[in-house]
Amino acid sequence: MNGSDLNKQAANALIWVLLLTAPFWLVEIGGYVELGSRVLIYALAAMALNFLLGYTGVLSFGHAAYFGLGGYGTAMVIKFLYPSTPVAMLVGIVAGTLAAAAIGPLIARLRGVYFAMCTIAFGQVFYYIAFQWSSVTGGDDGLSAWQRQPINFGFATLDILNSNKAFYYFVLAVFAVCAGAMAFLLRSPFGRTLLAIRENERRARFLGIPVDRHIWMSWVISCLFVSVAGCLYALLSDFIDPRALRWDQSGNFVIMAVLGGMRSFWGPLIGAAIFLVLQDYISSHTENWMSFVGLFFVLIVLFFPRGVLGLIKRKHET
Amino acid sequence: MSLLRVENVSKHFGSLVAVDGVSMTVQPGELRAVIGPNGAGKTTFFNLISGFLTQTSGKIIFEDKDISGLLPARRVWRGIARTFQITEVFPELTVRENLRIAIEVTAGYRTSPWLSQDADGEIRAHVTELMAMGGLEGKADRLVGELAHGDQRATEILMALALKPRLLLLDEPTAGMGDQETYDITQLIRKLHRDQKLSIVLIEHDMRVVFHLADRIMVLAEGKMLAEGTPPEIAANEAVQAAYLGKAAA
Repeated sequence: MNGSDLNKQAANALIWVLLLTAPFWLVEIGGYVELGSRVLIYALAAMALNFLLGYTGVLSFGHAAYFGLGGYGTAMVIKFLYPSTPVAMLVGIVAGTLAAAAIGPLIARLRGVYFAMCTIAFGQVFYYIAFQWSSVTGGDDGLSAWQRQPINFGFATLDILNSNKAFYYFVLAVFAVCAGAMAFLLRSPFGRTLLAIRENERRARFLGIPVDRHIWMSWVISCLFVSVAGCLYALLSDFIDPRALRWDQSGNFVIMAVLGGMRSFWGPLIGAAIFLVLQDYISSHTENWMSFVGLFFVLIVLFFPRGVLGLIKRKHET
Repeated sequence: MSLLRVENVSKHFGSLVAVDGVSMTVQPGELRAVIGPNGAGKTTFFNLISGFLTQTSGKIIFEDKDISGLLPARRVWRGIARTFQITEVFPELTVRENLRIAIEVTAGYRTSPWLSQDADGEIRAHVTELMAMGGLEGKADRLVGELAHGDQRATEILMALALKPRLLLLDEPTAGMGDQETYDITQLIRKLHRDQKLSIVLIEHDMRVVFHLADRIMVLAEGKMLAEGTPPEIAANEAVQAAYLGKAAA
């Protein structure tokens, strides 16, 4: 094992220790447990987006649609059909993933700004459906008056409803499974095929890779994980409204990924943490919090195009 | 059975005729050079064979099957690999990773989420073997984008070889190289042709390389075939001398 592998393992260990202990130190430094859960949820969304952006080289501005579908699926199942958190999440994930799988073939042959524009367009379709179809989705007011349900494992029950800490650890467990699955895929031959497409599409094609088909697969996997994040997002505040699937939400995911560093696996997690902490802190002082986050984003992109984590890595190597 | 038969292909870009009714037959094990002045249509001709462009008319037969309408990836699956005039590699990945991807894709693992230990071992061995062939052992973990031009070229050729092609198309393999690099690449191509009996078609400007390597030469000028024959025949051809060699010598 060489030095850079060791560094990587140390960084991984540090991140997991910080995440596992967050509910304890977060309160000490003036935060609150719910903020930790929110960071994890957005981090999962941004990491899912980055599966496509950072590792396949394809920019989507419509991921909020599948995030929102996951959230609405979860909320509607618990509110109208069956009060079980796992069942509701499963429905949400399936809804988000199926929608992405169906839309994928229509956009997988597009590149660059055309791909991005079409993902926005399809995303906005779902936004308007959620906004207009009040009888089912609650329209502009969203879906409230439902609650996430404690999870019964048979031998024990995890009370995610009444304990913020229990919910945090539930979110962390889901996050860990998803992050692990993405890391596993990215280290596999399939993941390397995606890297090949990111690096040089022409060469990939002339190695015999059916590029459009692989972009479709990467898109569906990315949307699957973003819809998992959407399910957790609805559970976080027992609420979902159309803003969860509007295009500016997609923009937030992109900002988080780029801010943290889209060439790093953990970059989007760092980006989400910075974005949400800044938002939380600045918005308690001024309504114009987005101006400050925006300014910070512009500075990072201008001077550290590889994001915050890219900057740390470079410092470390030199 | 001929390996590749190009029958009367043309390619029009609007009113420009880039390739005009060119035919070519390549036998198995042959090394064919395609030469001609700039703008003669050589690269367009290559693009038609590899499927990067679709011909306006004519047919391309590979191993007795018509491949004229196939997408590039499918032609790769049939056994045609190519390199480009401007090197096409994965610049932010290492030499090892570049070769590994080519090998994995060829072995049918492009959608696999995991590899068995055996398969992984075979792939590693194959990567090592290819790197040795191209003299890149010492640079295995360097990013390809940081390597010298000649080494990037070698990496691209090795990636093409990883596809186990039955026909290798090389578009100006020595373009932009110094004498030593040109010599190294020429030796590599010669080795592939002589030792592995690989069939190769190459476009080349460096006449030393062409006359050193080629079994047969085809000369293109203004999209048309000007001449075709063995190196001595081409050297003696007056039309070729007038159009091309004469100018190069002057």
